[in-house]
Amino acid sequence: MFVTFGPVGVFRASFPPIEELTLERVDFPAPGQIRVHLVNGGPEPVTVSQVIVDDAYWSFTMDGNATVERLGSAALDVPYPWVSGEPLQIGLITSTGLTFTREVAVATESPRANSRYLTTFVLLGLYVGVVPVFLGLLWLPFLREIPRHWVDFFLSLTIGLLVFLGVDALAEAVKMSGDVASAFQGIGLVTMGVVGTPLVIQGLSRLRKHGAGTEARRAAVLIALGIGLHNLGEGLAIGSAYAIGEITLGSTLVIGFLLHNTTEGIGIVAPLTREPVRPGTLLTLGALAGLPTIAGALIGGLSYAPIATVLFLSIGAGAVIQVVWVLGRLLSQREGGGLTGPLNAAGLLAGLVLMYTTGLWVAF
Amino acid sequence: MATGEKSEGGGLSRRELLRAGTAGAVGLAAAGGSVAMVRPNPADTQDRQIVRGGQEHVHVMGTSGDIDTSLYDPAVHLESFDRGRTSPLPDGRTLREYEITAVDRTIEVAPGVHFDAWTYNGTVPGPTLRCTEGDRLRVNFTNSGSHPHTIHFHGIHAGNMDGVFEVVDPGDTFRYEFDALPAGVQLYHCHAAPLKRHIHKGLYGGFIIDPRDRVLEPARELVMVMNGFDTNYDGENEVYAVNSVAFHFQRHPIQLRVGELVRIYLFNMTEFDLVNSIHVHGTFFKYWRTGTRPDHYDYTDTVLLCQGERGVIEMTFEHPGLFMFHAHQSEFAELGWMGLFEVRGETVG
Repeated sequence: MFVTFGPVGVFRASFPPIEELTLERVDFPAPGQIRVHLVNGGPEPVTVSQVIVDDAYWSFTMDGNATVERLGSAALDVPYPWVSGEPLQIGLITSTGLTFTREVAVATESPRANSRYLTTFVLLGLYVGVVPVFLGLLWLPFLREIPRHWVDFFLSLTIGLLVFLGVDALAEAVKMSGDVASAFQGIGLVTMGVVGTPLVIQGLSRLRKHGAGTEARRAAVLIALGIGLHNLGEGLAIGSAYAIGEITLGSTLVIGFLLHNTTEGIGIVAPLTREPVRPGTLLTLGALAGLPTIAGALIGGLSYAPIATVLFLSIGAGAVIQVVWVLGRLLSQREGGGLTGPLNAAGLLAGLVLMYTTGLWVAF
Repeated sequence: MATGEKSEGGGLSRRELLRAGTAGAVGLAAAGGSVAMVRPNPADTQDRQIVRGGQEHVHVMGTSGDIDTSLYDPAVHLESFDRGRTSPLPDGRTLREYEITAVDRTIEVAPGVHFDAWTYNGTVPGPTLRCTEGDRLRVNFTNSGSHPHTIHFHGIHAGNMDGVFEVVDPGDTFRYEFDALPAGVQLYHCHAAPLKRHIHKGLYGGFIIDPRDRVLEPARELVMVMNGFDTNYDGENEVYAVNSVAFHFQRHPIQLRVGELVRIYLFNMTEFDLVNSIHVHGTFFKYWRTGTRPDHYDYTDTVLLCQGERGVIEMTFEHPGLFMFHAHQSEFAELGWMGLFEVRGETVG
C-alpha cells in the first residue's frame, strides 16, 4: 500500500521521467574542438547518448560516465571543424530521446589562462572599473568647496546612481536566473543575495562601530563596498561577453564606461566632504570599488557559470540596497528635509537621469 | 587518405584497426568507469582531417557506440521476408496466412537513444510480407497494444478489408482476407487516427507482391525502409535511417561482390518531412516506381520518394571499394540516413 500510494509511489507515476540538462557553457579550446559543460538540474540521472552539432550526429568523448547524476555536472568533447565567426547549435540527445540544445551566437576560440588573456582581462577591468572610479574620487576637492546643501544634493545624486545600479543588477540577475539549472533555483539565489547581503553588511558594520571612524566614513566604506560588489557583477558580464565574442571593446564602450563609472567615484566621496581624508584612505576606497571589476572580468572570461553570475549580481543588488538605506538615514539626520526635500529630490532624479544617459554608451 | 581499401590483402585494414581500438576503449570504460563513449566510427570515408599549425585532428561524423542487436538487427531485417504459412486452395491457388500482432515496445533508434514505439510483431518496420500475385492472403491481426489499431494494405481489395473503418481495439482481433493484387512493391500500415502518430510510432512494413507471369532475375535482395523518429515529440525527426537505426550500415557496411546483381525494395515511411531520397555512390541503377511496370524504368543514381512511395532498384557495382548510400537531403544523411556498401572483388573488364 505504502509503495503505491505513499509519497514515493505517488510521485513515481507511469509518465516518462522529466529530464533536465542545462548546457552551461560551450568552449572552443582549439580549432576543431568543442567542449560542452553541462549540469543535470532535473529529478533523475540523465544519460547522454548522442551529440548533434548543427543537425548532424557527431562522435564525442565524455569525462567520467555518460550518466550524469542529479545536480551533477559533466563535460564532453566533440571533435568538430567549427568555423570561426559563425553561429552554431549544439544539442545532446539522451537515452529517452529528449534533446537539450544551446545556441552559440559566434564560435570563437575561447580564452585560456595565458599571459595574453590575463593581460587583456586585467586591462579590461582597469579601464572599465578602476580608472573611472578613481577619476570620480578626484572630485573630492571640488565637493569640499561647495555649500552644505549642495553636498546633500550630491549625496542624493549618489542615491539616485545607486538605485539605478541596484535595479539594473537585480533585473540582470533575474534575467540570468533563467539560465541556471532549475534545481539550483535561480530566483532563490537572487532572493538570498538581495535579502542576505544587507543583513550581513549591517552585522559587519555593527562589529566595527566600536572602532574608529565616523558615520560618514562608514557610509563611504559601505558605498565603496556596494559599488565594488556591483562592479564584480559588471566585470563578470563584460568578461563573459568578451570571451564568447559578443562584444568588442570599441572606443565608444570604453568612453561610456569611463563616464558611467566616474559617477560611482563621486558617490563614494560625497559623504566625506566635511571629513579629513588621507590619500591612503581614498586609495583603499577606490580599490574596494574598482578592483572587483578586474576579478569579475577574469572569472567571467575564463570560467563563466550562470550560477556564480546570478549570485554575484544579487549580492551586488543587496549591497546597493544596504548603501541606499544608510545614505538615506544620513540625509534624514541633516537639514534639507531628507530625500523629499526639493533640492535632494532633484539630486536623486539627476542621479537616475545621469546613469541613464551615460548608460546609453554602454548598452551591449 | 585511402578509401575503399580491402581488408583481405593480409594484415589489418585501417578500419579493423579502428574497430580494435574501439573495443579497447569500451573495455576500459567497463573496467575503470573513467572513460566513456570513446568509440570512433569505423567508416574510413567519414574521417576528416584538418591540419592546422602542425596539429592534426580527426573529425568523426556520426553517432557514438553501437546498438543492442539482440532485440532487433537492421541487417537481419534487410534480408528477411515473411512468406507466411502456405496451403493450396481447391481452385489451385495458394493461400498464405500471416500472424501479425501489434505490441508496444521500446526500441533503440540510435546507440543509446530509445523510442517508445508501437510495432507490428515487435519490430519497426514490421515484417516484410512477401507473396505472389493472385495468392489468397489471410492476415490474422491481434491488437496487444495500448491503443486501437488497424492494418491498411495498399492494393486492390474490398472496402471492408481496407483496414480503415474496422478499428481493432486493444485485446481484439481481426482477419483481413483478400487477393494479392497488383504485383509490385506495396505497403501496409496502421490507419487509426491520429494517422501521423500511428505511422510515426512505427506501425508500417513492406508488402511485396511478386509477379506471377514473370521470373525475376536472381539477385541479392535487400529491403530498405526509409524512416525517421521524432524522439522528443517536437514535430521534427531527430533520427533518420533505413530500417530504423541511425548510421547502422555505416558501422556495419553491407557486404557485396563486384558484378553481383543487387535488388533493393525501397519504401519511404518518413513522417513530418514531405520527401526522402536515396543516392548510391559509384554506380547507376535502374529504378521502377512502385515496381508495377517492368518496361518502364529510370536509369539514375538518385531518386526522390514522397511519403508512402516505394520502388525497386536494380544495380551492380563494377569496382570494389567502400561506397556510400544515403539520402541526398544532407540533413537527413547527417542525422543518420547514411550507410555503406563494401564491395569486394576485382574490377570488371
